[in-house]
Amino acid sequence: MPDAQRIEIQVLRYRPEEEDKPVWQSYYVPFTNDMSVLQGLQYIKDELDGSVTFRWSCRMAICGSCGMMINGKPMLSCSTFLRDLLPGPVRVEALAHFPIERDLVVSVGEFVSKLEGIKPYIIPKEKRELSQGEYLQTPHELEKFEQFSSCINCMLCYAACPQFGLNPDFTGPGVLALLHRYNADSRDGGRAERMKIVNAEEGVWGCTAVGYCSEVCPKHVDPANAVNQNKVNSAKDFFLRFLSPKGATT
Amino acid sequence: MNHRATMRRGYVRPMQGWWRRDPFFVKYMIREVTAVAVLVYAIILMVGVVRLSQGADAFNGWLAALKTPGSILLHLVLLVSMIVHAKSWFDIMPKTMPLLFVGGHRVEGSTITRAGYLVTIVATVLVLALVWGVRS
Repeated sequence: MPDAQRIEIQVLRYRPEEEDKPVWQSYYVPFTNDMSVLQGLQYIKDELDGSVTFRWSCRMAICGSCGMMINGKPMLSCSTFLRDLLPGPVRVEALAHFPIERDLVVSVGEFVSKLEGIKPYIIPKEKRELSQGEYLQTPHELEKFEQFSSCINCMLCYAACPQFGLNPDFTGPGVLALLHRYNADSRDGGRAERMKIVNAEEGVWGCTAVGYCSEVCPKHVDPANAVNQNKVNSAKDFFLRFLSPKGATT
Repeated sequence: MNHRATMRRGYVRPMQGWWRRDPFFVKYMIREVTAVAVLVYAIILMVGVVRLSQGADAFNGWLAALKTPGSILLHLVLLVSMIVHAKSWFDIMPKTMPLLFVGGHRVEGSTITRAGYLVTIVATVLVLALVWGVRS
């Protein structure tokens, strides 16, 4: 590696068969200016210690696998560069607020069940035959949900949300933002079903508008906005049922 | 049934002192704590209204109580807290409201925040002008 500098990377290790609680371990990694934190970890795994465990896939900030706490902040390790963290040491820890499975890998089971629970797909408002052509949408209708559709499920927003840390049952920013993405889509008719999740104890009211989720989101989804818009929708739902004989379904 | 022991043992990290971990959380806590100042000042004004309904002596007593050094110090603390709270509140405001479109274009969050600051300043100046106008 020509002209390589060296930087200390401290990894929070947790090997459940060896340790009762996580411990820090230091590695010295040669790096060049184009190397990401993920590449630093890959160097450790390939050259120094094959037992260091972490998730990654695309290396280009689209798969959402390599999120971790870098110097205490939730970030994608593939789009965070070692050169920006000089002189080091760089502290790398598993995403906050999730149980650590091993080293930098967290348990995602709960997150995935929540994600499935919101029916993250369009439930057509009106059934159309193929012969009737496509569902049309204006640019304005698109703009109402487009940013919320950029979520890559990297869970950085969960690691930024203290309310999720304090109550893991909270549906949380990412999933609620994706829920809003479908509810706000003019082609979708699944709103009534999803509002049950919005209105639930674990729904939007668990949010206290800390706003850090939107700050750390690598895709500018602004989950805090999605969640808080739905506090208004949830309140409308609550009060409108007194006016509507059939109950508020819109 | 498979009785083989599993190695899985998820480690849950404690949340104690979470708000000190990131400056962003400290700022959030300041926003929340300064909301108490808004409540305290509302109570002070409410007491004034109650004392007014009890007659001139009662109301003058309330006015006198406001002029004590302790009260002035409290009001200074409340003033600073309210300014901090108003600023932080408008900072988060764009995240708490539906997307705003004017003339087919999305209004930026920073524009909403600045509009909030502006309305606060204008309202404050108007109220001050009104009070001074009544006094003189």
